[in-house]
Amino acid sequence: MKVLVPVKRVLDYNVKPRVKADGTGVDLANVKMSMNPFDEISVEEAIRLKEKGAATEIIVVSIGEAKAQETLRTALAMGADRAILITAEGEVEPLAVAKLLAKVVEAEAPELVILGKQAIDDDSNQTGQMLGALLGWGQGTFASKLELEAGQAKVTREVDGGLETVSLKLPAIVTTDLRLNEPRYASLPNIMKAKSKPLEQKTPADYGVDTAPRLKTLKVTEPPVRQAGVKVADVDELVAKLKALGVAA
Amino acid sequence: MSVLVLVEHDNASVKDATLAAVTAASKLGEVHALVAGQGAQGAADAAAKIAGVAKVLLADDAAYGHALAENVAPLVADLMAGYDAFVVPATSNGKNIAPRVAALLDVAQISDILSVESADTFTRPIYAGNAIATVQSSDAKKVITVRGTAFEKAATTGGSAAVESVSGKGDAGLSSFVGAEIAKSERPELTSAKVIVSGGRALGSSEQFHAVIDPLADKLGAAVGASRAAVDAGYAPNDYQVGQTGKIVAPEVYVAVGISGAIQHLAGMKDSKVIIAINKDEDAPIFQVADIGLVGDLFKIVPELTGKL
Repeated sequence: MKVLVPVKRVLDYNVKPRVKADGTGVDLANVKMSMNPFDEISVEEAIRLKEKGAATEIIVVSIGEAKAQETLRTALAMGADRAILITAEGEVEPLAVAKLLAKVVEAEAPELVILGKQAIDDDSNQTGQMLGALLGWGQGTFASKLELEAGQAKVTREVDGGLETVSLKLPAIVTTDLRLNEPRYASLPNIMKAKSKPLEQKTPADYGVDTAPRLKTLKVTEPPVRQAGVKVADVDELVAKLKALGVAA
Repeated sequence: MSVLVLVEHDNASVKDATLAAVTAASKLGEVHALVAGQGAQGAADAAAKIAGVAKVLLADDAAYGHALAENVAPLVADLMAGYDAFVVPATSNGKNIAPRVAALLDVAQISDILSVESADTFTRPIYAGNAIATVQSSDAKKVITVRGTAFEKAATTGGSAAVESVSGKGDAGLSSFVGAEIAKSERPELTSAKVIVSGGRALGSSEQFHAVIDPLADKLGAAVGASRAAVDAGYAPNDYQVGQTGKIVAPEVYVAVGISGAIQHLAGMKDSKVIIAINKDEDAPIFQVADIGLVGDLFKIVPELTGKL
């Protein structure tokens, strides 16, 4: 079966974001960008399915500026077979991404779409669920384990308080949580090979999808700064502080 | 404006996260609560007593028993014909269902709001809480998830709403519940605890984690949390994880033991009222947000502290 894996280019998770002085957003000029960490886990899971013989082809897709090509090349170097880049200027909201992905699904007919549970820039945690709704497919969100068996996907999900297992009729949507797997590094020969793998370029207009944002960002500000604290010298002083706070008798 | 709030429940009672969502929703208009479940009359009766809830809708059907998004979302989408906003606590259950509802209604979702600025304007954290965005929605209907720690909890008494039964399309046939492994704990729940003691990778092993952290938590009547590093290393179960990808907490007192303070972790706890850090590295980033810091070996300090409390 075919597996579709959407990936997003985001500010690298190690970089501390800086809010622009004019309050229009976070400064993304000249900062390191990488593949969203949850998407690396999605790509890895798809590759493992292929290695087990469960998947035949892995298509990666990204939506955004032309530089998202680098992100797709990374996925190809990890082991994806081919890539689709839908170039779009400005921020494309989860709803519009889900609509574009629904069109890609229509065209490519994968039986499984594996997405990250959230992107670490907008922290929305919406796209996979929205895609499930648009396609009328089942969804296994926050997956920490995925097993395919006889037309079903058995997904163990991380929920508040523990784990839950659901069974989904294929085709289905899975969104990955951190513990699903440990993504591999792309080796140099594979990075070289990835350069010759197919990468198709499209635009939202090709799919007839309107990507106009529904939410207007009025401003972006720094979170409130915490007051600098004090260091205590020993445990007795800490105990006294805890007693003063009323949490210790 | 009329608002439908999805109640987070265990069939018999209403979970705390719902109470914060009710507070957020009541800033928008009249609040109706939806209890979807199987054998959930008890939860509906409890929801009817929440101050500020004007009506409770009870959808009691085997299809809603395990809150499968594929079944609950169409029910909500149909009910939304009569509402202007759908408000959900940002729990794993709420995050699973709400975007599916939003897409069925063809509206954007506003995730994890921190405040209601006006009927169409909200604030929400982005970049792991390193920036706060103020967003204005142009959609006719709003779908919103609410960060539980950002709003006061509505009172669980004082309300006297009528409970009305509703029904939906039932089982969509896309998914089924297989089983659950819910971690049992005698301690307070992490997201609603007043005091949290959290351990990091410096604990070194699962045995040491429990030997050092648990007695201190017991002394303080605290919930136990963990950093991602401690969870990934297997020192603590997944649902202990505090951070951007785990639970978001804001207790009165947060004690971080052997946690360096990576931005991913800070995103989950930096709204705590008082942060106490115990770490042997005096340059650890955790000390930049800690109100009270103690530099030293946690294996000496924590048992001594536990003994003196």
